[in-house]
Amino acid sequence: MLEIEIDGKQLQVADGSTVMDAANQVGAYIPHFCYHKKLSIAANCRMCLVQVEKAPKPLPACATPVTNGMKVWTKSEAAVKAQKGVMEFLLINHPLDCPICDQGGECQLQDLAVGYGESKSRYQEEKRVVFNKNLGPLVATDMTRCIHCTRCVRFTQEIAGLMELGQAFRGEHSEIMPFVEKTVDSELSGNIIDLCPVGALTSKPFRFAARTWELARRKSVSPHDSLGSNLIVQVKHDVVKRVLPLENEAINECWLSDRDRFSYEGLNCASRLTKPMIRQGDSWQETDWQTALEFAATRLKAVVAAAGAEEFGALLASNATVEELYLAQKLVRGLGSDNVDFRLRQTDFSADAVSQGAPWLGMPVAEIADLNRLLVIGSFFRKDHPLLAQRVRQAAKRGLKVASIHPTADDWLLPVSARMQPKPSEMVAALAAVLKAVADAESKSVDAALTVLLPADMPAEAKAIADMLLSGRQSAIWLGNFAMQHAQAATLRRLAQEIASITGSSFGVIGDAANSVGGYLAGAVPATGGKNAAAMLSESLKSYVLLNVEPSLDSAAGERARAAVAGADFVVNLTAFNSPELRAISHVMLPVSPFTETSGTFVSCEGRAQSFVAVAKPQGDTRPAWKVLRVMGNLLSLDGFDYNDSEAVRADVLDITAFPVANLSNTLDGLTVSGSAASAGIERVADVPIYATDSIVRRAPALQRARDGAAPAAYLSAATMTSLGLNAGDAVEAKTEQGSARLVAKADDTVADGCVRIASAHETTAALGGLSAVVTLERV
Amino acid sequence: MLSQESLKLIDVEVAKYPSDQKQSAVMAALRIAQQEKGWLARETIDAVASYLDMPAIAAFEVASFYNMYDLEPVGEHKITVCTNLPCALSGGVHAADYLKQKLGIEFNETTPDGKFTLKEGECMGACGDAPVLLHNNHKMCSWMTTEKIDQLLADLAK
Ligand code: SF4
Ligand code: FES
Ligand code: FES
Repeated sequence: MLEIEIDGKQLQVADGSTVMDAANQVGAYIPHFCYHKKLSIAANCRMCLVQVEKAPKPLPACATPVTNGMKVWTKSEAAVKAQKGVMEFLLINHPLDCPICDQGGECQLQDLAVGYGESKSRYQEEKRVVFNKNLGPLVATDMTRCIHCTRCVRFTQEIAGLMELGQAFRGEHSEIMPFVEKTVDSELSGNIIDLCPVGALTSKPFRFAARTWELARRKSVSPHDSLGSNLIVQVKHDVVKRVLPLENEAINECWLSDRDRFSYEGLNCASRLTKPMIRQGDSWQETDWQTALEFAATRLKAVVAAAGAEEFGALLASNATVEELYLAQKLVRGLGSDNVDFRLRQTDFSADAVSQGAPWLGMPVAEIADLNRLLVIGSFFRKDHPLLAQRVRQAAKRGLKVASIHPTADDWLLPVSARMQPKPSEMVAALAAVLKAVADAESKSVDAALTVLLPADMPAEAKAIADMLLSGRQSAIWLGNFAMQHAQAATLRRLAQEIASITGSSFGVIGDAANSVGGYLAGAVPATGGKNAAAMLSESLKSYVLLNVEPSLDSAAGERARAAVAGADFVVNLTAFNSPELRAISHVMLPVSPFTETSGTFVSCEGRAQSFVAVAKPQGDTRPAWKVLRVMGNLLSLDGFDYNDSEAVRADVLDITAFPVANLSNTLDGLTVSGSAASAGIERVADVPIYATDSIVRRAPALQRARDGAAPAAYLSAATMTSLGLNAGDAVEAKTEQGSARLVAKADDTVADGCVRIASAHETTAALGGLSAVVTLERV
Repeated sequence: MLSQESLKLIDVEVAKYPSDQKQSAVMAALRIAQQEKGWLARETIDAVASYLDMPAIAAFEVASFYNMYDLEPVGEHKITVCTNLPCALSGGVHAADYLKQKLGIEFNETTPDGKFTLKEGECMGACGDAPVLLHNNHKMCSWMTTEKIDQLLADLAK
């Protein structure tokens, strides 16, 4: 510890602290631009100059290490004189036209100029002009305003993992730019908008839409991945205008993924359903709630009475709230059915028979920093979990070694020290090989139920992964979305569990949606032999209730799911959006609130229950889904639907104060495992692209225009392409048992040989169905 | 993109640094590339960057910072005049103006016959010799009075 005195206050700081750290500790504000607590020290803006005893000139607080007995003045005459001098320099080339700048009112330069600037400029010469850069559809530029703090550059380099911006040229010719005509394509790019202390980088979708002081700031939670990032949703006249991060060091830190930040555009899109609608023949009539609900209840009752409760089921969105999921399953069970599920992209449900709780990450997200070994199984990690990957990236800089077992070797922008790239059908064999390697190395026996899977000989890569795990001090094994959606997901989970127990690793499931954990806790899964999502979508039931589900895009079955629902006699659809698909399969559509217009709870992958309230009034006649379900329960004369508020519903499900929440478990002891079925032919590897995950994101235009919003193509390694006689750029017809799709073949050597990567959750590929399947490719 | 000889020379530079820090050789590699190509086109910089496993923009930062690297084609004789403050106070700007007038070009321009390019330079660490200029990045010329500039241009024009 070091002693330091700042503005007359004595304090002790840890060795290695800077004067800025010490000042933060004691609450003394030092003006700054380039300093940011999550970024490396650049010390190039010089705004943080302070007076230090015995130093002949002012020193930058952000870059000056504390020495024992140091005396610092942050507001002395000398310090303020230095700070004012720097401000004058910064304003030499900066435009003085805040009223026409999008950053006006939330600009650090503007704020500090009030404190340290003169009321008049002494600089009469011409100011420099810098041409704007096209950074893509998300970030707008006004580069003349840049003060060259390089926060944006350091962010892309250090946090996003790939330097997409740099400071080119020199002195007064310096410019922040991407290389030649490149755009900034990181899935975290929006954070540079927050970081930029001036109006040089602003939000393109929000550009000139409102002034910061006109916006109400309300807290919420992101519905797009299992992390549960905390949001500040900014609202004007009940319209969501912008989303910013709400800092939470334990979850999203001060960051947001672009998906969390820009998805709000989908909330305001033209295809919002705002009035209840009833189908009459082939046409749709708007109606009032009373009529629609009575129609829904009466017909549902009649169809269930006629066909039997087992012919009725509910398909629920995996990012519905705990309250919605709970009431929906209660309604299903009230009507005598057990057919309810929210895991629409899952294909193997055999884990349900032996599961002891909701699968979860198995550890707090904040403890990723302490890991030194991590094995990620079956995951498009960076795009599926942008901020979790960011945490792993930071941990990797401090020595965390990462391994991957996955059919594609996407660049996670962090070092992967060991890798296996099996085809989808070889995933089980790959994991079994690693299991054998760790068991052999530790001379431990493997659970008898698993020995049938163990291979005779072992590939070197498996040994490398085993060695990596065993050499660790604190290790974790995570199953990604691809593994959980795999046709042998339960076996993969069981094998991973065994590897974890032999290696002493923490073991978890990352989860593909905001309520991947919450859905289990709410009981939105079959409990007494009812039909799971796959069963409900492979053959038509007589009636369905849908909650924010677009079957062909949100399920593993693709087009076949749509057909299954279309085959029903009666479909009640609770939905925030109206679309041709939903009109074609529903009989009544009830407009329900997206997350911004309802109260509710998500349980994140780390078992953190986070409740939120509505940030805006429901659009049109929209109502919160939990209220709609409550009224439906009442109209159907079911017991237990007399809730006054969503908190009361939540109280029936979980205790929000517990962390992690109760009833979490990843163990699958007693599972009957299945061996790999070797497959002949080219296997499909289906990702759910980052901007296709749910109905809100799919309707956010700026995200759709981003690099990651590109339409699906058929990605093959050069070797696979040659073996099929294809060339990059060929138009191909991809065919599965279920259907076909026209795509362009693209070369991508990160895809395992013998596989083709074709994205799902897109209308052009929905006809292919199943996430993993054998595909034939023919040139057309 | 780059010739085998150039790549070999770059390898020698790369070998001077730890194997995971190839990008430390970026300045040498850009110099070698410029020697081969005459100047550094964006594609050349990109090629150097990918050879060194570094982001192209990071190589561009370096190439655009130092004015010994040429981002545009230059004439046979590149003359870089220092106009930083110490030189400016001792006739540097005057020397530059004289060169502009004699060659009929401004900074960053090349004479129509492709013989001369004029560049504005940063301090060359020879302020005491001001005005100073650099010929083709390698030859330092000191105390460049108008007479000496006449002499230099005459010699080079031969
Ligand atoms: S664009 Fe903004 S963040 Fe980037 S260097 Fe300029 S002022 Fe800093
Ligand atoms: S904040 Fe210290 S130099 Fe910029
Ligand atoms: S200022 Fe010209 S050489 Fe130093």
